[in-house]
Amino acid sequence: MKVTIILNGTPYTREVAGDLMLLDFVRSCGCLSVKRGCDTSNCGLCTVWVEGTPVLSCSYPAVRADGKRVTTLEGVQEEAEAFGACMAQQGAEQCGYCSPGFIMTVLAMARELTDPTEEEIAHYLAGNLCRCTGYVSQMRAIQAWLKERRREEQA
Amino acid sequence: MKLVNEAIPKLDSGALTGGKGVYTDDIAPADCLVVKVLRSPHAHARIREIKKTAASKVPGVVVVLTWEDVPKIRYTLAGQSYPEPSPYDRYILEQTVRYVGDPVAIVAGVDEACVDKAMRILKVDYEVLEPVLDFEHALDNPVQVHQEEDYFNNFDIGGDPARNLVASGCEGEGDVEAELEKCDVVLDRTYYTKANAQAMMETFRTYTYLDYNGRLTMVTSTQVPFHCRRTIARALDLPKTAVRVIKPRIGGGFGAKQTLVSELFPALVTLRTGRPAKIVYTRAESFQASNSRHQMRVRVRVGAMKDGTVRAIDMHALSNAGAYGEHASTTVGLVGHKSIPLYAKAKAFRFSWDVVYTNTMAAGAFRGYGATQGCFALESAINELAMELGLNPAQLRLQNIPQPGETMPAYYNEPLSSSKLEECIRTGMKLIGWEEKYPRVQVSDHKVRGLGMSITMQGSGISALDTATATIKLNDDGYYTLMIGATDMGTGCDTILAQMAAETLDCPLERITVDGVDTDHSPFDTGSYASSTTYVTGNAVVKACTQLREAITAQGAIRLGIPAEQAEFDGEQVFDCAEPSRSTTLSQLAQALVVGEGTQWLTATASHCSPTSPPPLMAGFAEVEVDLETGEAKVTDYVGVVDCGTVVNKNLARVQAEGGIAQGIGMALYEDIQYDSRGQMLNHSFMQYKIPCRTDLPQIRVDFEESHEPSGPFGAKSIGEVVINTPAPAVAQAIYNATGVRVRSLPITPEQILLGGEKH
Repeated sequence: MKVTIILNGTPYTREVAGDLMLLDFVRSCGCLSVKRGCDTSNCGLCTVWVEGTPVLSCSYPAVRADGKRVTTLEGVQEEAEAFGACMAQQGAEQCGYCSPGFIMTVLAMARELTDPTEEEIAHYLAGNLCRCTGYVSQMRAIQAWLKERRREEQA
Repeated sequence: MKLVNEAIPKLDSGALTGGKGVYTDDIAPADCLVVKVLRSPHAHARIREIKKTAASKVPGVVVVLTWEDVPKIRYTLAGQSYPEPSPYDRYILEQTVRYVGDPVAIVAGVDEACVDKAMRILKVDYEVLEPVLDFEHALDNPVQVHQEEDYFNNFDIGGDPARNLVASGCEGEGDVEAELEKCDVVLDRTYYTKANAQAMMETFRTYTYLDYNGRLTMVTSTQVPFHCRRTIARALDLPKTAVRVIKPRIGGGFGAKQTLVSELFPALVTLRTGRPAKIVYTRAESFQASNSRHQMRVRVRVGAMKDGTVRAIDMHALSNAGAYGEHASTTVGLVGHKSIPLYAKAKAFRFSWDVVYTNTMAAGAFRGYGATQGCFALESAINELAMELGLNPAQLRLQNIPQPGETMPAYYNEPLSSSKLEECIRTGMKLIGWEEKYPRVQVSDHKVRGLGMSITMQGSGISALDTATATIKLNDDGYYTLMIGATDMGTGCDTILAQMAAETLDCPLERITVDGVDTDHSPFDTGSYASSTTYVTGNAVVKACTQLREAITAQGAIRLGIPAEQAEFDGEQVFDCAEPSRSTTLSQLAQALVVGEGTQWLTATASHCSPTSPPPLMAGFAEVEVDLETGEAKVTDYVGVVDCGTVVNKNLARVQAEGGIAQGIGMALYEDIQYDSRGQMLNHSFMQYKIPCRTDLPQIRVDFEESHEPSGPFGAKSIGEVVINTPAPAVAQAIYNATGVRVRSLPITPEQILLGGEKH
């Protein structure tokens, strides 16, 4: 069937099969940040936003996104830059393969939660797996970034 | 030092956190044929017939290959230096299948849908054979996993396929039995570790194409590009010159990609069809048809005097190779080589091993490489010994560990050239609060927190074998290109090697670009495994950069018209020591060296192979909270103190340690590849095979006690593997201290804790 998905602000109209997942749709449109890490909706690598809400694009049919606004890391480069820098300062990206999905969830968290505790952060991000870091450096990066944002807001 | 020992962001961090398409599948051409592998549903079977006519006729399908279509050349998939110690026991496709997941047919077509359809209608007639699944009953089992006549070993590793024996051996020093007789206490304990999945986030994947000269070019997610080139050429019966391997950014490896899991399938398709081809493993395939940590049973006999002096150690390891023998004889070696030497007062030791075939997925390399299993066994036995003697386990270690300069008979008689292990133990005790909290603290009516600890060592490359080469080029406007064959798989080795180059050449990091790895262009390197990159490749980088520095000074001296001894290079300019105002800048010199008369483009290449493998050392301390009603165990605090020599990059070393400890906690509490009674893997997804998520893990605290390794680059040793070893024994001991339950079989589950241990 024919769908129109507004991907990072640009409408893409395509004929798609019913079983095509949003992950494959956005990759075919050149959004290569979005990765497939599992077959069972467990790893969070493929996290994108549909109408601003984080979803797992590996199990979200493209047809369901018809007429909706879909955002990938490619669409929030500016917003993600400061947090990306905080990750780099900690070495928290390591192999980088889980970074885009993780960053999308972190940005969504920051929009949703005000001053989250470490426990709230860990729970919000529990669905984003990482095998390299043991998550500790990622937490340091998040805390540094949130602190930076608070400082900027106060200024 | 200006750049070494600093916390410098990874050179590729912008690309990675920006989500750029830099991995294998991101850069594959759009017209690649889709390649998939039909896999055996049986653990052991012989293929009578494959009816492939209908499958081949599916519109879009380009080629269907079966055992009849592939070269009959035995090879090993282990990415090791030639001649590999792993047996040559594979064909690309074979009439006999030896585990559930063994390849049966390769199907390639223009899209996934047609390939999936062809796979569904391929008719395979199997003669199903009895499998041997239990590694404790594999030796001399009537079921023989490898019966082929062309089975081949490059050299004797003590194997005998007729007995399902991949490898065996025994070594030692002194009279173990006589020394055990003299001991006040002798413990005899058996420990079990499971097969674990490396579970890197990027599954196995490769694409291939023929270049304009018809050469096979391969872009693949590998840790071993040069071994990959050699093995591909052998398995496909091609001259080595006909294969080129390129490594892009890699989404993790942890050893899994030291075996050539996905490379041969698209390569064969490209050779048959002339078309680009790509294979991307699903997560299930990555679990079921790749390689894992070797499952082991380790028996430890340890004898000590009443004062805690360890007098004799006898270890035997039985290791499960699975269906193929990759890394079988070498991983098992580390069980003893990287555990026994820490008890340097022992007057005698013996270490023996048997590695057996079973009809389960082949094991391979996984961070720690046998040292992890050995550490769990011996360190657990030492913890039990301390209990038996009524001694503090940390104190017992301090009493027995080798001192710097001491020769370690169980470590190839190498002297311990650098060590701050004692400081690691003392610092760790302070950080975890050992004096206050050991052995246990009751936190509520049904929750208890126990403490446990362990020490460990690894190596820094394989001594007298691992070889690295680095080339550094001075470009025409005074910046450098560092070319390496070591493979950054996310660890950041491109960055730390650039730091070393910049340090040696006295320049900012921005003036170094790093290029790697392409076997047509990069200098030879055995690859990134065995904790070799910082130490072995690092030494090659320092050598090459030192040579280039000398060449720059000499060329500057010529331009200044002075003898070379009178010239000095400070990173920015070459000047006359007698008259420092006379100088030429690096960019002037570099420009002059590539244009006009007297040109000499400056490059330097150096190789390194170390006669020794200086061990990094570590002490790990776990605090584990156990719910006595449910048996649930949760690590609430973990302290790791590491001596990796000089820390080259403070951030990257810390993250290596944190990540390694997290994987070690996974091994201790969760990770266990399981099979059903017919050899079908039960947990081939992240839904079933649990790796720690962020709510499972404690605050992991890492500290460094930096020794200075005299043979290392800037005093560095290695960090990548040593960090995974301590959690299993430390967590097991913490659980014992919390509950009194001794679990000798990993992973330690709530059931085992409630049932009082003793199950494997």
